[in-house]
Amino acid sequence: MATTLDKVDVVTVGVGWTGGIVASECAKSGLKVRGLERGASRGTEDFSMAHDEFRYAIRYELFQNLSRETVTFRNHRKMNALPMRMMGSFLLGEGLGGAGTHWNGQNWRFLPYDFEIKSITDKKYGANKLGKDYLLQDWGITYDELEPYFTKFEYIAGISGEDTNPFWGKRSEPFPTPPMKKTPILEKFESATSNLGYHPFMLPSANLSEAYTNPDGSTIAACQYCGFCERFGCEYGAKSSAELTVVPTALKTGNYDIRFHSNVVEVLKQGNKVTGVRFFDTITGEEFIQPAEVVVMTSYVMNNAKLLMVSNIGEQYDPDTGRGTLGKNYCYQILPGATGFFEEQYNTFMGAGALGMTIDDFNGDSFDHSNLDFIHGASLSLTQTGVRPIAFNPVPPETPAWGEEFKKASIHYFTRTLSIGGQGASMPHKENFMSLDSTYKDAYGVPLLQLTYNFTDQDRALHKYLSERSAEIVKEMGAEIIAPANPLTDYDIVPYQTTHNTGGTVMGNDPAISVVNNWLQHWDAENLFVVGAGNFAHNGGYNPTGTVGALAYRCAEGIINYSKTGGSLV
Amino acid sequence: MESKKQGVSRRDFMKTTGIATGTLIGGGIIGGLVGYNVNKTPGKKETTVDKHQGQNHELNVGLQFFKTTASFNVLSQATERILPEDELGPGAIGLGVPYFIDNQLAGAYGMNAKEYMQGPFEDGAVTQGYQSRLTRAEIFEQGIAKLEEEAQSRYQKGFVELEPAQMDEILTAFQKGEVPMMAVSSLFFFKLLRQATLEGAYCDPIYNGNKNMEGWKMKGFPGHQYSYTKEIENKKFVKYDPQSISSMTHS
Repeated sequence: MATTLDKVDVVTVGVGWTGGIVASECAKSGLKVRGLERGASRGTEDFSMAHDEFRYAIRYELFQNLSRETVTFRNHRKMNALPMRMMGSFLLGEGLGGAGTHWNGQNWRFLPYDFEIKSITDKKYGANKLGKDYLLQDWGITYDELEPYFTKFEYIAGISGEDTNPFWGKRSEPFPTPPMKKTPILEKFESATSNLGYHPFMLPSANLSEAYTNPDGSTIAACQYCGFCERFGCEYGAKSSAELTVVPTALKTGNYDIRFHSNVVEVLKQGNKVTGVRFFDTITGEEFIQPAEVVVMTSYVMNNAKLLMVSNIGEQYDPDTGRGTLGKNYCYQILPGATGFFEEQYNTFMGAGALGMTIDDFNGDSFDHSNLDFIHGASLSLTQTGVRPIAFNPVPPETPAWGEEFKKASIHYFTRTLSIGGQGASMPHKENFMSLDSTYKDAYGVPLLQLTYNFTDQDRALHKYLSERSAEIVKEMGAEIIAPANPLTDYDIVPYQTTHNTGGTVMGNDPAISVVNNWLQHWDAENLFVVGAGNFAHNGGYNPTGTVGALAYRCAEGIINYSKTGGSLV
Repeated sequence: MESKKQGVSRRDFMKTTGIATGTLIGGGIIGGLVGYNVNKTPGKKETTVDKHQGQNHELNVGLQFFKTTASFNVLSQATERILPEDELGPGAIGLGVPYFIDNQLAGAYGMNAKEYMQGPFEDGAVTQGYQSRLTRAEIFEQGIAKLEEEAQSRYQKGFVELEPAQMDEILTAFQKGEVPMMAVSSLFFFKLLRQATLEGAYCDPIYNGNKNMEGWKMKGFPGHQYSYTKEIENKKFVKYDPQSISSMTHS
């Protein structure tokens, strides 16, 4: 029998960037907010001994314990979906800060083009550029409308960068902190891409170039370039995260608390409103109901979608009929690139998660696609994130994967390999979606989320074109051996690729094709908000966090307005 | 360098470790040593990896998972073929990789503590990944036994008695998924073995691999360093004495 707790104004399911942002803004405005986080508390003090590749990067110290919950996966509807039994293609987070604790800190704003991709594509290339199986749609919001929220997030996080990229949207304010240090490796990329006529610039970074105090009064330290960012927490407090910024801001108000070890299993709905959430205390096993005036889904893409599905809120997407919106437009990130093997040795082990330079000459619609069989593109970057020896054993093509030759080559090239990597856009396809699994369950008896996903022709064409451009850059950099990325075949959930999963709870201005409106308010329940990369109608050519942060600030404003007026915000 | 390593004798082993650890010598290690001697093939020193390598190890390192030295020795030789000793430095045995793997198999890794292990189990497609009902510990036990079986059926010898090229031939058959195993493919076992070998070679020494940080020294990886702020713009390659994370808890 569930124990019912005292009602709060706002409850967030999960406390990472989105939960923290919603909490800080709502608590500042006087609303009583409670965060339910299924993991534990953690902070900078927990990461003093985090320079341990094996524990953190290989044994997944900071990630979800899959024995309790995972997802099932199939490439297409004719396959049986089976559980992802070991962590692989993407890393599900857990604990205070969520994936925003172990991110690299590459912080982007999606392009103006992204938000109006369907209108722009149809107008420029005709209505049938990709064919009817691609569910391209506008986001129901423009870049200009989102711009203040991008700025807000960047100033809270203290993003380091330079506004010299001719292809991205207009910024109302300069970056809050200057770009990171330009290393010899980055200079190599800069001169090669300049020689080729492109426009290199320093990648916007949440590993800060200098100590910074944000408008809420939180201080983020200066990055030490130690080379342990992605999959690690920062022991210096130099990588911007929710627990360094928005969470303490919310706690300071006295209007916020976080209940840890609280795993939400259902959103409770009556009529056209939600009443709260049901959760289990993961330590005692006790069941609770947390009533709330407003429920905000602020967990990861997959869990946000899953909880709506198990709670029967919204209509599940059906690829046969095209009806339903929940679970549709699931996208990933396409990763073109090329690796260069060099003669000289570089300090590749030094670095930071967002230390890099980028070109956008082949991103969005910065180049003409009239004679190409794909749309969009990728940001192409050389990042110096700090290589580590278990995971990084680069060998030229045709080298055996083990034995004497492998050992010699992998040791030789550990400090002589530089790669161009693309964050490639991913377009929604009618056969790529999320639903509930009918066989496998989590530790609480709730069905697992089921992923049906494969790469499409658009993805393969984009990947090929961008990998060729990457190889040209590597060549211009003077590599001895050039290895473009292998052509895309079928999506494989085993090797790590990227934790940039998007869609499933997309935003829009039409309830027939979106789950939430452009305030991230659910179309079918006015006091339910769903925010995160799940709102992306497609995935753009950048890492997602900057855009997620902006949407969370937009969402927070929507909740505050809703608390005053009620009703639909659109 | 190579001849010196190959010349490590049982007496040298006793001398070194005895001095270092006094009375802490345990039966498991001695047993392991005896096992290596029994399997040694005289006259093959030029071409085979010396069976004593890796035995010159601190005595707080021992077997937590394998019950017989025979199976541990098979594991050791298999890892050594994946990462052999050469002029650059020690191979898997010299780096302590077999002990690292043994120790990992005894714990959460071996028991699949953080993996989803609920049925029903189906083979699935390659793109769906690991679908075995077996834990890693069970896969290693079976895989090591299969390596030995394969050696016996192909050459009527134990795996550790084979020439390196013969070991490679068998490992390649595993890598190609050609060796029948129960409830798992030999390819999957091989992938686990290869990955575990790299983990043991290059992990922080606190996990009983990467002995004396020799793996890091070969690769030019400095391990745990507090900051590179002063060197990040340096145009020259900077060499560091590597440092273990244990330097933070031991003075």
